[in-house]
Amino acid sequence: MDAGSERVRHSALVRWTHWITAVSFLALLLSGVEILISHPRFYWGEAGNSATPALFQIPIPASRAGVKTGYGYVLPDQNGWSRYLHFQAAWAGVLAGLLYGIYGFVSGHFRRNLVPRGSDLTPGSIAKAFAERVRWKGLRSSDASTYNVMQRIAYTSVVFVFFPLIVWTGLAMSPAIASAFPSVVTVFGGQQSARTIHFFVTLALVAFFLVHVVMVALSGFKDRMRAMITGRFAEKEPV
Amino acid sequence: MSEPSRRRLIRTAVGAVAGASGLAAAATVAGRYGLIPPDGGGWYGPGETLTYGAQRLLTRHSLAREFSREQITTPYPNEHAPPTKEFTALEAGGFVDWRLKVEGMVARPGSLSLVDLKKLPERSQITHLACEEGWSFIAEWTGARLSELLDSVGIAPEAKFVVYFSSERGWWDSVDMSDALHPQTFVTYGMNGGVLPVGHGGPMRMRVPRQLGYKSVKFINRLVVTDSLKGFGKGLGSGAPEAGYAWYAGI
Repeated sequence: MDAGSERVRHSALVRWTHWITAVSFLALLLSGVEILISHPRFYWGEAGNSATPALFQIPIPASRAGVKTGYGYVLPDQNGWSRYLHFQAAWAGVLAGLLYGIYGFVSGHFRRNLVPRGSDLTPGSIAKAFAERVRWKGLRSSDASTYNVMQRIAYTSVVFVFFPLIVWTGLAMSPAIASAFPSVVTVFGGQQSARTIHFFVTLALVAFFLVHVVMVALSGFKDRMRAMITGRFAEKEPV
Repeated sequence: MSEPSRRRLIRTAVGAVAGASGLAAAATVAGRYGLIPPDGGGWYGPGETLTYGAQRLLTRHSLAREFSREQITTPYPNEHAPPTKEFTALEAGGFVDWRLKVEGMVARPGSLSLVDLKKLPERSQITHLACEEGWSFIAEWTGARLSELLDSVGIAPEAKFVVYFSSERGWWDSVDMSDALHPQTFVTYGMNGGVLPVGHGGPMRMRVPRQLGYKSVKFINRLVVTDSLKGFGKGLGSGAPEAGYAWYAGI
């Protein structure tokens, strides 16, 4: 390795857990959508069904006849494999996440690279970073070795808020988990509330995923992918 | 081959061998303690085994949440196949001729009518029934504990599963002894203070409140106590995996 032109950008553990999480996320999203269309109605509280009022209903056709959608047809039922895949992918994602979480604390990765620096958290510096992004200034080079404040805010929200919350609300829907740890579900006000929050957290994660992929593409797709696959980032002069 | 890459190769090989033998040892231990579900083979086996094994360890003695009468919600009777002629005839007779056969590894096999079932201590629970589709309701369920029914017929100590069959074609399921002997696992005949309606599985419905709704099979007419699920259907533990659904539905 030529240390003069290349540096280690991402450690092996970060790279492996990143890609396991990416694959799990896409599998969870696909299977989650399939599960959702069997009952695209949402409720608040402990219980809710086709005979009770909904909090809201997504205007899509359903894969079961039991829910009134206004469409004259019922989509094919895909819940069997979707549920198997959803939980298998959840295990892969959760185990990768735990490994990453332990590593992040122990190695100092979170403190050093992820948590926004106090001095960066002023409205002025956030506005400046945002303006730079909007003008595409420095997008290709400035983040080669570290993350800017907006990335840090996005990554810490995903790592410490949205991923834990999606796992927690998922567990809260399990009758077995609720029997062993009732507060897992009562803290949300009920199993249906947990399901509704699970849906909204999914939307937040999808929004993050889309922005993340677009930013990777705009900031030099090849270099970023190379950094996350091989760990190395070619050092270049800022353009 | 340079020195660092050889060292790396050796390290990877040692790691792979250690990992594989660790997994094999874990599988053996899990098998011995009954932590591998009957549909634990195949592509989704690892996820199913992790879910079932982990939840069994965490929930062996846990009780499903019970609610107050005020929390009872509008129930929703999920669709079921149109009743057969035989079922309609039994219904017309007020189900006096409905029988729940009890077979397999029991000292006193036989069959129970509703009257026989009601001779067992009457139990009630107000629990949440959640369908895998996402909807749910809370209702009061009345019936006999499966454990007390099993006690009354005397089960063999080697028993590992209780298999139960519906009069509805293709519907059969099974639970391990942790759920079979669980105090909230009922053979129900009443709901919300009245007779269990046909739409909700009357005259007799299994109720397994620590698992999703599809384990609470409607119209049950046969129980088999067994030490192996191999002889039932495709050996996957229930009709659910044969239709693509997991045997264990704690999540």
